[in-house]
Amino acid sequence: MEELLVVNNLKTYFHRYEGIVKAVDGVSYKLNYGETLTIVGESGSGKSVSVLSLLGLIRKNGRITEGEAIFEGRDLFKLNKEELRQIRGKNISIVFQDPMTSLNPIMKTGIQIMEPLIWHRLMSSKKARERAVELLKIVGIPDHHIRAWDYPFEFSGGMRQRVMIAIALACNPKLIIADEPTTALDVTVRAQILNLMQDMKEEFNLSIILITHDIALAMNFSDSIMVMYAGKVAEYAPVAEFIKSPLHPYSQGLINSTLDIEAKEGSIKPIVGAPPNPLNLPPGCRFHPRCGYAEDICRRVEPEYREIGNNHYVACHLAKGGRIR
Amino acid sequence: MSFSERGEDPIKELLVVKNLKKYFPARGKLLKAVDNVSLSIDSGETLGLVGESGSGKSTLGRSILRLIEPDDGEVIFEGADLRKLKEEELRQKRKFMQIIFQDPLASLNPMMTVGQNIEDPLVIHNIGTREKRRETVVELLDIVGLGKNIIDIFPYELSGGQQQRVGIARALALNPKFIVADEPVSALDVSIQAQIVLLLNELKKRFEISYLFISHDLAVVKYLSDRVAVMYLGSIVELSSKEELYKNPLHPYTKALLASIPKMPKNGNPQKRFSALKGEIPSPVDLPPACRFQSRCEYATGACKEQEPVFREVAMGHFVACHLA
Repeated sequence: MEELLVVNNLKTYFHRYEGIVKAVDGVSYKLNYGETLTIVGESGSGKSVSVLSLLGLIRKNGRITEGEAIFEGRDLFKLNKEELRQIRGKNISIVFQDPMTSLNPIMKTGIQIMEPLIWHRLMSSKKARERAVELLKIVGIPDHHIRAWDYPFEFSGGMRQRVMIAIALACNPKLIIADEPTTALDVTVRAQILNLMQDMKEEFNLSIILITHDIALAMNFSDSIMVMYAGKVAEYAPVAEFIKSPLHPYSQGLINSTLDIEAKEGSIKPIVGAPPNPLNLPPGCRFHPRCGYAEDICRRVEPEYREIGNNHYVACHLAKGGRIR
Repeated sequence: MSFSERGEDPIKELLVVKNLKKYFPARGKLLKAVDNVSLSIDSGETLGLVGESGSGKSTLGRSILRLIEPDDGEVIFEGADLRKLKEEELRQKRKFMQIIFQDPLASLNPMMTVGQNIEDPLVIHNIGTREKRRETVVELLDIVGLGKNIIDIFPYELSGGQQQRVGIARALALNPKFIVADEPVSALDVSIQAQIVLLLNELKKRFEISYLFISHDLAVVKYLSDRVAVMYLGSIVELSSKEELYKNPLHPYTKALLASIPKMPKNGNPQKRFSALKGEIPSPVDLPPACRFQSRCEYATGACKEQEPVFREVAMGHFVACHLA
């Protein structure tokens, strides 16, 4: 299958008063046309930064110090502001976690959907209007002819997220980045939005990067999974492979600490401790202070991120041929 | 404690709530946040309270503690109707009733150290000398799994999980019999969620605490509860033992909630789509007539639109408000 996006050795560092935060520290991943990659991690693991860096959407104190991001043959980091702007919102669009703060509160939703159409597609205002209403219909907003001219506060959380998806779809993008798109929603509405995203993916042959902390969701929704910990990739695998044999002790820890509805009582095993302070990372493997398997080598030497099976990558000294020793 | 020590009445009802109502005025109408709710909690028992945002579960929890004044109904705690107590009597009763909030940082006093926060309830109730209180605080920190080295630092210096442990220590300070836990793990990372859930479970057994455990997450509730109540638009639609509710849910809303959760895929069978309930929770100001759930219910018949279903016992200890159950 053809690759839409290849990210190599991305490093995004934030310069703070107290020191340098290596939010993303040598992350590589790839994504094929029409596939969903889910990036899983806890807050502060660098999962959002490793994707938003590609579009220049990081804070001013952040620097991309190394790496390349090849999107359809072009390195996004070599583009100037104007060239990047041509891609952002057109070929790559984003759905954020909180639709209330990411929509403009004083602009009618229809106008917000028209914006990218007029800007990127150079549509006439009349054409853009028609398309905006049509997009609202596609994402399942009832009375879309009327609702297009309501303000965001007049919509419920789920409906607002549908509007966000309509904006993201407006210019027929190749890739949609969904940064915790359902975290702020209720469970029953969450299922609706995930189904909508799956429908859109299949209908328009979209690629999706889903960023989430929910590993159960990741294991269902994706074609491949990448688990991040403290700015590094711990594990990457196609989803079937990951379900069969998650190898990194952190991946296993996440699975075992998830309060799954079908889990038996007493089967919950939390990971001990908490993620490290990003200004003061442990030596060797960053996960070793919380790892039940840690050995001497883990405390001294940083593990290499290596391919251990067919397209299955892991950064752990102890992972060997399908299992942890 | 054995039954004989407890005397003749081994399963004492610690808390009984009868026909509790809390209405808020809203644009000339009434928002029925809690509408005629009755329930009971035995000592040492955990009642899980599940519902989507806007279902009234937090208002119910707070009305029970009289943090919000209910409009009508009875809250009988250890035989005394809290709504009839005078201020000083209520203050004395409240020692035994505590609350843990969702956002641990917002619920701690930022100007007080960790130690002062935990000590505060003891100071308010004028318990012990300064030295004695300090000893109690150290003991409480140990109980919730924190070291005494953090006693003189401020809450913002702690991680989210540690902050929630401090919140729990403060709730335990007065040796309560009953704790309202209002979404205590929702704001925490997955690996930390499991730690806190296990801690709450351990405390329950160790100190024979009863919880009203409020959450939108059926998996978390399953882990901690003995019985579970499902709330929809201000009223309880189903209540039964945990085993029964998860094995044999009767109300269509409970069924939909259970079905909409992504489950951990075993044996490599991921779900790409999730079972979704149609529509969204209606405005509590304009309740649907008769059965509140009929507008989203796939089984709704004529009777559901004409008559409000009675909350009745359909099997031993299994209550449901549905015409069709």
